[in-house]
Amino acid sequence: MNEIIVLAEHRRGELRDVTWEMLSKGRQLGEILGAEVSVALLGKGVNNLAEALKPKATRVLLVEDERLEFFNTETYEKVLIQLITERKPSLTLIGQTATGMDIAPGLAARLKMALATDCIDIDPEGENFSVTRQLYGGKVNAKVSFLKKEPYILTVRPGAFPVVERGPLSGDIVPLPSPMTDEALARRFIEFVEAGAGEVDITQADILVSVGRGIKDPENIPMVKELADALGGVLSCSRPVVDKKWLPKACQVGTSGKTVKPKVYVAIGISGAFQHIAGMKGAGTVIAINKDPKAPIFNVAQYGIVGDLFKIVPVLKGKAKEFRRK
Amino acid sequence: MNIVVCVKRVPETADAEVNIDKSGKDIDKSGLVFDLNEWDNYAIEEAIALKEKLGGTVTVLTLGGEESNETLRKCLAMGADDAVRLTDAAFVGSDAYATAKALAEAIRQIPHDLVLTGVQAEDDGYGQVGGVLAKLLGIPHASLVNRLEVQDKKVRAHRELEGGLEEVVEIDLPALLTIQTGINQPRYVSIMGIRKVAKKEIKALGAADLNLKAEEVGLSGSDLRVEKLFTPPVGEGAQILEGNLEELSLKVLDIIKDKGGLA
Repeated sequence: MNEIIVLAEHRRGELRDVTWEMLSKGRQLGEILGAEVSVALLGKGVNNLAEALKPKATRVLLVEDERLEFFNTETYEKVLIQLITERKPSLTLIGQTATGMDIAPGLAARLKMALATDCIDIDPEGENFSVTRQLYGGKVNAKVSFLKKEPYILTVRPGAFPVVERGPLSGDIVPLPSPMTDEALARRFIEFVEAGAGEVDITQADILVSVGRGIKDPENIPMVKELADALGGVLSCSRPVVDKKWLPKACQVGTSGKTVKPKVYVAIGISGAFQHIAGMKGAGTVIAINKDPKAPIFNVAQYGIVGDLFKIVPVLKGKAKEFRRK
Repeated sequence: MNIVVCVKRVPETADAEVNIDKSGKDIDKSGLVFDLNEWDNYAIEEAIALKEKLGGTVTVLTLGGEESNETLRKCLAMGADDAVRLTDAAFVGSDAYATAKALAEAIRQIPHDLVLTGVQAEDDGYGQVGGVLAKLLGIPHASLVNRLEVQDKKVRAHRELEGGLEEVVEIDLPALLTIQTGINQPRYVSIMGIRKVAKKEIKALGAADLNLKAEEVGLSGSDLRVEKLFTPPVGEGAQILEGNLEELSLKVLDIIKDKGGLA
């Protein structure tokens, strides 16, 4: 039987959402391709995770080893090479995450298998197996086909595929021997550290006024801060503002920053990279101000202003102050 | 500490409107400004800062046409010692894997303790070259590095994970790291600075210089081919507010009052 293998992603004892998304998509692809869906779970003492995965896959390929306690591309690669070489899955799905981005390119190269990264759609039925990826920060989509025959490795963008509830699968837990030896590793996990702890807590605000790359200069940030204050809200930002050290990491909304769910989110000069959208799509109402009418942020916003933020923000700030005085 | 940094020249599209060209397989690049890929800018800064601290050389490497010399000169002006450009008709159509093959052959010819790339490129966003390169060179790697410290024959690197979490790893040298934006503050390069390196030699290498057969690179050496580009489907989309600045402001305030309880 043809097989699709999904790599379960977990950290600190919890399965990450992308795992469920890949299993749901994998099951749908399996029906088209006549393949069963297996989930590969690597770790130490992860029986509880195996139990949780059971109903979502035909089998749970469980490899336990104390050297798999923390993700490490070197150890994971050893296990996955053995697994993929022996089982010959037609597709292997891995998350386009800090884990998947670390392991997938090298794994595919080692196995001499074709890899497509950051897939947001998968079409196995066309003339050629093809996937959809995004280019230029999400401003353009590309249909990309493979020049080789299967097997393929795909990394899947978190949030791209919904979890569709279906009847449970049999989910046999299949313990497999670990290929690990006591050979020294060239890369060693040391510890986790929390970055971006700060005085402000943007996750508790009802109104967030968020600023992005479009603000152009750190001298322009106070203008947006004053708007946030005038609205009784809190100032937050997208990644480029933190990269440039204009605001602290604690203010960052997005995949590598905070996930926020304010009642109102005002996005100013933020184009809407998917990593940003992943952090704010739970907002009640989104109002976006951007000069590019095609900016992806307008796809998630309920209300938009296409225009120059440097003209709009000062007037809006003035009106907000007037309004609150009344 | 000898460091090789792989860079790419890309069109700046973060603040620009992007349109698909007539071929349907590429974007219309006329009118776009090209620059060093943002991630690579941080990678080259990191390399130069390490060199300033520890000594050694920084070699900057790219694959591209003559226009990429401009990008390499920017890196030289920042403080890189040498620049190499891989260029050959056979490279046309290379995907991330084929590009990594050519880069790997070039890096084998350059002494290196550390190889740096950006996490990904702003244009195609494969995020793949670094990991493949490490494998082809047979050296360990870590991706998404936002802090690093060289200690003797090792590097201690912070990898950026999700939700504000970082993972600290230790890696033996030689190693490859893919550099995340925000790791440092790249230095500014003046026009004078670029002029100073205008005459500096940029070494050009072709497929034959890298002992690569034409079929190993370019489209024939690739796994992926772009079939067509299309505009991302728009959901319901935002209701675009109209009016003068005052009217717009009042509309926004009404929405916030209604949805957020502006008090």
